Amino acid sequence: MNEKTIVKRKVFLKGMKDGAPIGLGYFAVSFSIGITAKNTGLNLLQGFFLSLLNNASAGEVAGLSSIAAKTSLITLAVVMLVTNARYLLMSCALSQKFAPDMPFYHRLLIAFDITDEIFGIGISYPGYLEPTYMYGAFLTTIPMWAAGTVLGIAVGNILPQVIVNALSVAIYGMFLAVVIPPCRKNKVITGVVITSFVLSYASKYIPLISKASESIRVIILTVLISGFAAVLFPVNDSEREEAVNE
Amino acid sequence: MNKSIYAYILVMAAVSYLIRVFPLAVIRKPITNKYIKSFLYYIPYVTLTVMTFPAIIYATDSKISGIASLAIGILLAFFTRNLFAVALGCCLTVLLFSFI
Repeated sequence: MNEKTIVKRKVFLKGMKDGAPIGLGYFAVSFSIGITAKNTGLNLLQGFFLSLLNNASAGEVAGLSSIAAKTSLITLAVVMLVTNARYLLMSCALSQKFAPDMPFYHRLLIAFDITDEIFGIGISYPGYLEPTYMYGAFLTTIPMWAAGTVLGIAVGNILPQVIVNALSVAIYGMFLAVVIPPCRKNKVITGVVITSFVLSYASKYIPLISKASESIRVIILTVLISGFAAVLFPVNDSEREEAVNE
Repeated sequence: MNKSIYAYILVMAAVSYLIRVFPLAVIRKPITNKYIKSFLYYIPYVTLTVMTFPAIIYATDSKISGIASLAIGILLAFFTRNLFAVALGCCLTVLLFSFI
C-alpha cells in the first residue's frame, strides 16, 4: 500500500467516525418519519426508497403530506423545491470547498447527500474538502437514514419514548459543534451567530415571516444575515482559513 | 395506488437531487468577488444557528430540558470542539431531565 492510499484510508475512516453520531441522530429522526410514512400508506420498500433517495427530513415530511393529500406531481415538485431550497445555498457554499483539480464526477456523487448535517461537517473540514471524507460519512449516515424509516414503518413503537425524546436533540448538538468553535477566535462569526440566535427567535413573532413555513424562514434569515455580514465584514482568504482550521 | 406512490417518490427524489447538484455542477471555478465569497462563507453559521434555535427548545417534551441541552451543547462545543461529545452531551441532558 503506498502512502497516498494510507492517507485516503485515514480520511475515509475519519469521515465514517464523524458520520457515526450523525447516523445515530438520523436513525431517530427517520424512525419518526417511518411512522408518518406508515400512516400515509407506504409499505417497507416504498419507505426504504423514500429515505434512501431523498435524504431530507423536512422535505420527506412535506412530501408525505402531499402524498396523503393526493396533490398533483407538479404541486409536489414545488413543495419539494421550497422545503429543500436551503440546500441550494449550501451547495453554493460547498462548491467553493473543492480542490480545482478534483474530478467532476465527485461533485455529482457528493450532491446526492448534501444534508444539513453532512454539509455541516463538510464545510468545517480543514482546507479543501476530500471526497473520500464525504464518502466515509455517507457510509455511516445514508444506511441509518433508510433503515430508520424502514424500522419506523415496521415497528412504530419499539423504542421507548424517553430515548426517542433524548435522540431528538442530537442533530442540534451537531449543529452547535459546527457553529460554536470558530467563535473562540473570530469576533465577526461570534456576532453573526449571536445575531442569528436573536433574529431567529424574534422572527417567530415578526408578522409575515412568522407565518412563513420553517424552510422559507431559514432562507430569508440566511440571505439577510449573511448578506449584511458580507457587506459589512467582507473576509479575506487568510481569515477564512484561520477560522476553519483553528 | 402503489404505482402512484412510486411516482411521488421519484419526483421527490429528482427535485431533491437537482437542487443539490445544480450549484455544485455549475459553480466550478473559485468565486473571486469578495462579497459573494463572504456571503457564502457566512451562510453555514447563519443557516445552522437558525435551524437550531429556537427549534431545539421545542424538540423535546419539556421546554426546560430543551433549554438545558442547548446550554450544555454550547458549552461542550466551546470547550471540546468534538462533534460526538456535543451531540451525546445534549442527548444525555434531555435523558437526565426526563428522570427528574
